[in-house]
Amino acid sequence: MPRLHFVHPDGSAQAVEAEPGESVMAVATQQQVAGIVGECGGCCSCATCHVYVDSPWFEALAAPDEMEVMMLEAAVEPTAHSRLCCQITVADDLDGMVLRIPAGQL
Amino acid sequence: MSESSDQHYVIVGAGQAGAEVASELRKRGFEGQISLIGDESVAPYRRPPLSKAYFSGDAEADSLLVLKPPQLEKNGIDLLSGVTVDAIDRATHTVTLSDGRSLQYDKLALTTGGRARPLPCPGNDLDGVFLLRSLADVDAIRAHCNAETRMAIVGGGFIGLEVAASARKAGMAVTVVETLDRVLARVTAPVVSAFFERIHREAGVDLRTGVRVEAIEGTTKVEGVRLGDGSVIPADVVVVGIGLIPNVELAEAAGLEVDNGIVVDACAQTSDPDIVAAGDCANHPNRFAGERIRLESVQNAMEQARVAAGTMLGAESPYDAVPWFWSDQYDCKLQMAGLSGGYDDIVLRGDPAAEKRFSAFYLRDGQLIAADSVGRPQDFMFAKKLVTLNIAPDRAKLADPEVPLKAFLPA
Ligand SMILES: Cc1cc2nc3c(=O)[nH]c(=O)nc-3n(C[C@H](O)[C@H](O)[C@H](O)COP(=O)(O)OP(=O)(O)OC[C@H]3O[C@@H](n4cnc5c(N)ncnc54)[C@H](O)[C@@H]3O)c2cc1C
Ligand code: FES
Repeated sequence: MPRLHFVHPDGSAQAVEAEPGESVMAVATQQQVAGIVGECGGCCSCATCHVYVDSPWFEALAAPDEMEVMMLEAAVEPTAHSRLCCQITVADDLDGMVLRIPAGQL
Repeated sequence: MSESSDQHYVIVGAGQAGAEVASELRKRGFEGQISLIGDESVAPYRRPPLSKAYFSGDAEADSLLVLKPPQLEKNGIDLLSGVTVDAIDRATHTVTLSDGRSLQYDKLALTTGGRARPLPCPGNDLDGVFLLRSLADVDAIRAHCNAETRMAIVGGGFIGLEVAASARKAGMAVTVVETLDRVLARVTAPVVSAFFERIHREAGVDLRTGVRVEAIEGTTKVEGVRLGDGSVIPADVVVVGIGLIPNVELAEAAGLEVDNGIVVDACAQTSDPDIVAAGDCANHPNRFAGERIRLESVQNAMEQARVAAGTMLGAESPYDAVPWFWSDQYDCKLQMAGLSGGYDDIVLRGDPAAEKRFSAFYLRDGQLIAADSVGRPQDFMFAKKLVTLNIAPDRAKLADPEVPLKAFLPA
């Protein structure tokens, strides 16, 4: 199973096993990763699953759709590496992916 | 928090609020026992897809679960499913369960949600008439439907309209009957209602507003819906979406204060210091409403649940989150921030009569109190912040789609 590495705002890291096919948000909320809320359940309505994805994984992800791009524009401190992790599907080639959790989601 | 390890916290109602109370207790380091008791037979799940992706077959039941059984176990959350809490004895700190057991609690959380309001008319018990609140309800409806089904939906609220969109997607013939003169009348302005009426009519829904349902006709099975004007809409399946009745009976019988919901304070505490309540069942003071209110939304279920968990742990911090809601119908996503009740002015961005992207901003005394956005998620996101901060934006700029709402935020 691929492993995902979440880095909390204080720099501490948390590794979790992820089932391919699930969304990263679903994995994170099931595993109680603090700071990823996933309020809308993954339908791209809330942006409480905002993360920064490190290279080279960021570049390996399927491009965000228009809705996600628009939501990200208004997220808290978006950067060029911002994604809504409910829109990222876990796959074997994402093993080791590093996701940084922002200091706040609203 | 070592002294917490011999405590037993009991949560009644294993919905989204109940699951969030349990999760939050663990995230905050509670080490005692957590019992999460729910009368449904499944682990806690999200209801919004029930009328959307799950209804139309685009989502699996498994993907609705908030916490799957292995995660519940890993976090030491004892889920007692298929069990009802029948009584609370506050003097002895005991709850009695439908399977005969009784449990002693140190702190109790009531997250009992609500149940769908039945249609108060003859024929409401015919085969083919359904309410919609649970996964089991939707499974039963779907088992009754195929692409040839003629579906009549009673109620033009969010659930009724979402079911209409999902049923049209599945190829069914759909009629929606709403008693009031417009859909979504209790939650949006007339222009927004008119927008949703337009997209449903464009999708082929037979939408009737301003008409009452007199009876459901049929001998054993549904055959049609008889309206106040005497006409009959032929139908094989009737879905009723006319509102929610909060589950307060348990609290009321235990002598807790109840008034359109279980009465709680800003920290989700009931009239008993050892009992909190949160979610659809809780009537709470809300600064965005300017009064007490009972909200029916995921936002409220989750955020109030976290406040309730804090209160159980003795770390009271008042609930002060801006209400928000969403709805997906066809290819349109509606996102609502704030509460629009009591607005005295409305400003539009975009043309809801012609386009599928617009925002309606609700003002009171010049202050932005709410926004409904369709296909303009940035407006929604920034409106949430502006509403929280009591901002009074310039009206002309607010109407200009070229001015990003961000511009109204304090530097
Ligand atoms: C079809 C549908 C679509 C929706 N769409 C949206 C949406 O798009 N966006 C949004 O924000 N909100 C939506 N909602 C509303 C949202 O789902 C609710 O606000 C939310 O589920 C409330 O959570 P809760 O935990 O307070 O209550 P519930 O989810 O109702 O959970 C309460 C649970 O407690 C159980 N229970 C009650 N009494 C007892 C007892 N005595 N013993 C044991 N168990 C008991 C109930 O059976 C239930 O399982 C939708 C709701 C429905 C039904
Ligand atoms: S969970 Fe809501 S946008 Fe990702």
